[in-house]
Amino acid sequence: MGKIKILTKDIGTPNLQNIDVYISKGGYASVEKAIKTLGPDAVVEEVKKSGLRGRGGAGFPTGMKWSFIDKTPGKSRYLVCNADESEPGTFKDRYLMAENPHVLIEGMITSSFALGANRSYIYVRGELIYVVRILQKAIDEAKAKGYLGKNILGSGFDLDLNVTCGAGAYICGEETALIESLEGKRGNPRIKPPFPAIAGLWGMPTVVNNVESIAAVPWIVVNGGEEYAKLGIGKSTGTKLISAGGHINKPGVYEIELGVPVEEFIYSDEYCGGIWKNRKLKAVVAGGSSVPILPANLITKTANGEARLMSYESLSDGGFATGTMLGSGGFIAYDETACIVKNTWNFARFYHHESCGQCSPCREGTGWMEKVLHNIEHGHGKPSDIDLLVDVAKKIEGNTICPLGDAAAWPVASAVRHFRDEFEWHIKNPSAATQPGAVFRNEAVLA
Amino acid sequence: MSEISLFKVTIDGEEVEVAPGTTILQAARQLGKHVPPAMCYYTKLQGSGGKCRTCIVKVTAGSTKDPRPMPKLVASCRTPVMDGMVVANETSPEVIEARKGVTEFLLINHPLDCPICDQAGECHLQDLGYEHGAQKTRYDFERRTFDKIDIGPYVQLHMTRCILCYRCVYTADQITDKRVHGVLDRGDHSEISTYIEKAITNDFSGNVIDVCPVGALTDKTFRFKSRVWFTKPVYAHRNCPKCTGKVTLWYKGDDVLRVTGRKDKWGELEDFICNTCRFETKKTADWVIEGVVNVDRHSVISQNKYTLKAEKPVVPELASKHTGEGTWDHQLK
Repeated sequence: MGKIKILTKDIGTPNLQNIDVYISKGGYASVEKAIKTLGPDAVVEEVKKSGLRGRGGAGFPTGMKWSFIDKTPGKSRYLVCNADESEPGTFKDRYLMAENPHVLIEGMITSSFALGANRSYIYVRGELIYVVRILQKAIDEAKAKGYLGKNILGSGFDLDLNVTCGAGAYICGEETALIESLEGKRGNPRIKPPFPAIAGLWGMPTVVNNVESIAAVPWIVVNGGEEYAKLGIGKSTGTKLISAGGHINKPGVYEIELGVPVEEFIYSDEYCGGIWKNRKLKAVVAGGSSVPILPANLITKTANGEARLMSYESLSDGGFATGTMLGSGGFIAYDETACIVKNTWNFARFYHHESCGQCSPCREGTGWMEKVLHNIEHGHGKPSDIDLLVDVAKKIEGNTICPLGDAAAWPVASAVRHFRDEFEWHIKNPSAATQPGAVFRNEAVLA
Repeated sequence: MSEISLFKVTIDGEEVEVAPGTTILQAARQLGKHVPPAMCYYTKLQGSGGKCRTCIVKVTAGSTKDPRPMPKLVASCRTPVMDGMVVANETSPEVIEARKGVTEFLLINHPLDCPICDQAGECHLQDLGYEHGAQKTRYDFERRTFDKIDIGPYVQLHMTRCILCYRCVYTADQITDKRVHGVLDRGDHSEISTYIEKAITNDFSGNVIDVCPVGALTDKTFRFKSRVWFTKPVYAHRNCPKCTGKVTLWYKGDDVLRVTGRKDKWGELEDFICNTCRFETKKTADWVIEGVVNVDRHSVISQNKYTLKAEKPVVPELASKHTGEGTWDHQLK
């Protein structure tokens, strides 16, 4: 795999947040190229050719999403950048926005031009107020240079780019809840259909894209979609930011070309640098807390014994029985001292806290799972609790308005699926399991 | 006007033709059989529905044009029909299982205080519990509780019983210009509330009682006066300057204990009535009586609605030799 960097190549340059430094690195070339030579439809075509997939978690092809937008004349269209990064384990967007804000601004201008949006929004998570300030400064600089505002580069294309700030709710990362919040309402997800491409912000056609997806657009426009599609593997084209965390030697944000073997990603010095303190690897959550957890023996190799790669397809190989998802790229590694029950309880507590409460399975089910897991973790579990957890998770999954229900059910269901003996050990040996630092060991799953 | 071509939909093997834009639930209601239960959807409230998930159905074929099944169960109240759509409601074990799950979720934080609840007897959650609930709860944790709140002089909010269907929120949005009533907080600790216990002063605020599917919003002028099944509903009207004046009076003996709007077969109000009619006009002399209400579908006040579904008690051998007197079957006759 090549070592090409697209989003992070200039990070490390002093004062990259300054527009002059950014331009000296070739910045804003995509705006010039899109407006002066390509035209909107050609930009959409390049993005389609690139095979770029949504980096927020679902992995839906960005170009296709753009082509769904309702282009009825007279209806204003909106582009909204989802910078409400709140998935536990994921911290790539805030790093990118703080270090290289102009790549996002440039991407927003080029993408808005392609979609014909004259007003666009970047919705930043409430906690990241420092990012809001960085982005606002970048927008002001871009406006002063004529890349934003009225009649951009003499083309007649106007763009008003706004940064807005959420109030820190995880649910507002769901695109329709984000739109509600942007409209000044309570951040409840909307019932789909209609999809935002038909009726989104203020009831108008809207595209909502992740920060990383939009930030990849400038490179695609400058170098061509086909060049981008050459990177990566199969339908997982291009590069992806991975937020690596947990029990590894070198936590941080890494830009990888999709298709890097998981084993290389964990153990090579270029990336995570192996498991800390020379311990064994026990489990990995590969794409943010919502995706199924996998034991170490299934994360480096698929059930068929093939090497697992960091790509959409390879990580989901085997379905949920033996696979997981690339998700948003929040890669959390757990060493042999980690307690899966405690971790699952912690995740369940998060989803219980963040459920908006609009639809009943998620509202009631997340709380129920959290309470049952709390009991197991604290030595009050019953043997029937394990099947109860599986059943509750199954009844939430797929029956909710938005994907938060699934996101809450998957980690619990997968933890029980792969670490059932650990749950049973907790229930059978409550006094031993509640000792500080007590951990169930199963050598078979460690690596 | 040119004739609109109707969409043909199949629900549980029965075909019905409906106008484009009709939802699956409405189509099922037109058909009259195999109707999914709806706890949050309310035809007259714009934006309602999709939340409680009790009405979920399986779409086994999307349309004639695109006969692929839908990947997930869908909320029938908010999913418009397509021509040639095939829907499985009661015939799908997956739907029945999921609906059982939803019923269980709705009940785990519900106090089940039916014996002291004014809504008992005309409660949609009771109906749902009878039809889709389990006999025993698997939930052994403390249930969430709230203090009772008076919303104005006539309405009491008993949040503990609320299932967060949002119907009252949509009602308040519809009858008032400003936002007066909404949802605070998040998840299972979210609560329906007015802005710092401010009263809803609107003349039609009493309708939130009628749209509430459970006993969370109750009529303070009727609290603890009588069980609803001991009262007799009678249609009546009066010349009201504010509303249509078409109501249901609930009698016990010669006294009007309660005035409500008229509800249709699905438990939905035909018209919103004003607070004067509802709370302040409780003398027979004020009304022109139209006749007794025939309660058909709705709730346990419809006599014997659940009798046939109840398990027959096992009567040992004697029953066969007996004349039949005193047995369950005999009682039913």
